[in-house]
Amino acid sequence: MFSYCADPDTLGTFRWFSCYLTNGVHWSFYLSFIKVLALLAVTAPVALGFGFAGAMAARSHFPPLSWLGKAYIAIVRGVPDIAFFLFFVIALDQGFEWIRHKILCPDWTDPIRQGNDFLVCQAAKMPLGTSPEWVHETYGFFLAVITFSIVFGAFAANVLFGGMRAVPHAQLETAEAYGMTRRQTFWRILVPQMWVYALPGLSNLWMVLIKATPLLFLLGVEDIVYWARELGGTKTSRFTQYPHGDWRMWYFLFLLIFYLGMTRFSEIGLEKLMRRLSHGQATSGGELLRKETTA
Amino acid sequence: MKNLILTTAALALTAGIAMADTVRMGTEGAYPPYNFINDAGEIDGFEREVGDELCKRAGLECEWVKNDWDSIIPNLVSGNYDTIIAGMSITNERDEVIDFTQDYYPPTASAYVAASDGVDVTSGVVAAQTATIQAGHVAASGATLVEFATPEETLAAVRNGEADAVLADRDYLVPLVEESGGELVFIGDPVPLGGGVGMGLRESDGELRGKFDAAITSMKADGSLNEMLIKWFGEGIGTYAADGSVVTN
Repeated sequence: MFSYCADPDTLGTFRWFSCYLTNGVHWSFYLSFIKVLALLAVTAPVALGFGFAGAMAARSHFPPLSWLGKAYIAIVRGVPDIAFFLFFVIALDQGFEWIRHKILCPDWTDPIRQGNDFLVCQAAKMPLGTSPEWVHETYGFFLAVITFSIVFGAFAANVLFGGMRAVPHAQLETAEAYGMTRRQTFWRILVPQMWVYALPGLSNLWMVLIKATPLLFLLGVEDIVYWARELGGTKTSRFTQYPHGDWRMWYFLFLLIFYLGMTRFSEIGLEKLMRRLSHGQATSGGELLRKETTA
Repeated sequence: MKNLILTTAALALTAGIAMADTVRMGTEGAYPPYNFINDAGEIDGFEREVGDELCKRAGLECEWVKNDWDSIIPNLVSGNYDTIIAGMSITNERDEVIDFTQDYYPPTASAYVAASDGVDVTSGVVAAQTATIQAGHVAASGATLVEFATPEETLAAVRNGEADAVLADRDYLVPLVEESGGELVFIGDPVPLGGGVGMGLRESDGELRGKFDAAITSMKADGSLNEMLIKWFGEGIGTYAADGSVVTN
């Protein structure tokens, strides 16, 4: 990075650190923070979408759809995260490849499963074996988003399902009395009012999601915890210009500060959101706001 | 104009052929001197150098991929990369799931390292990396085995007293013991384990395995593999005679 970095052994402490903290691996470390933030930014709305769809399905009046929604919530919530991340992703990837294989290589006669091996034709590979590394990494990231969304979507579905049931029944009956159809009642009366009941549960999920990102490395995406462990590990002078002892504590301390900062930041945001949603609601929070404005 | 079209067509064609041979090499990136991440953030080490040379000799386009040790075999058999080149010893258990090339690193000596001399490695608590031949050896030796996901953590366990000793590849331990300033010491004699280190491939990938086997043979024959072994592991390392037999130095 800096011109004086060619021979770090001779540098003073400050300059040594300025070189050490800006070398190639550290840039990968900093980049992984962006990766994690991007994952959160993409996964949260997608998971909420899965959750909303799941909750809608679960309270449907059409039995098969309702069973589907309830089965999704029960099964995904029941399977341990780590098992889900290890096996589901490989299965999902193989599922994609299997479909592409059937479409792209109809004349293929060899079996796809040969012992332990999973073999599809070259053209069906996801991504293609010839693609550059960034395509592979983006694909891994995409699989991570889907997996996180399915898992957290199931939890969100349960929270939203509860939120929908918590809306006072009198509200729905009144809507019906006004002649609204079931669809209108759902979108105009139920959905705007349920968020305030769902938000505490959803905010918990958001916090858990922030801290679940180290699972990314199981999917081959190098996250901040992976790099902290890798960079903090003992380095001997034979393999690096910057030898040091076991510095994992300092790297993890930095992660601790990052995670606590994220938590604090989220809390402020969620509190504001709660306040906004409580406006005009028949809850104690809404009542408090009403008194504030009238007093 | 016609020439231009022809050359682009030729370029596209040759590019297509060259691209079709991309082989993805999976490694752990956390086991110096076999494989590690260098200051620039790239995969480096003995295996990086050997792997690149093997690909050149076999006429393959290679690309390096990092993967966690725990899931390195499942990801190979499901086709996320094509080879494992990660200091993986050839053992019968692994051979049932995947195939190995011939060894490009002679049967390894493992060694015990502890914080003091008087440790009994057959009855104390011994650390090893999960799913390694060393972990299997410790479990069979009568000592209490504690497993860790990375080699770094096994050594940290000895430093903080959680384990009495660690069993790992001797070559991994040597630089760490040298630079520990007497804090860590080798215990007893090296323990010979495993059938050498080879590249892991899918059982159905016989063709690719043949290519790498031939390339390893040619590197053993002209001595270039020995040069790399000595460069990364020092003079004391076992090398190969031109016919592929192991020479102990």
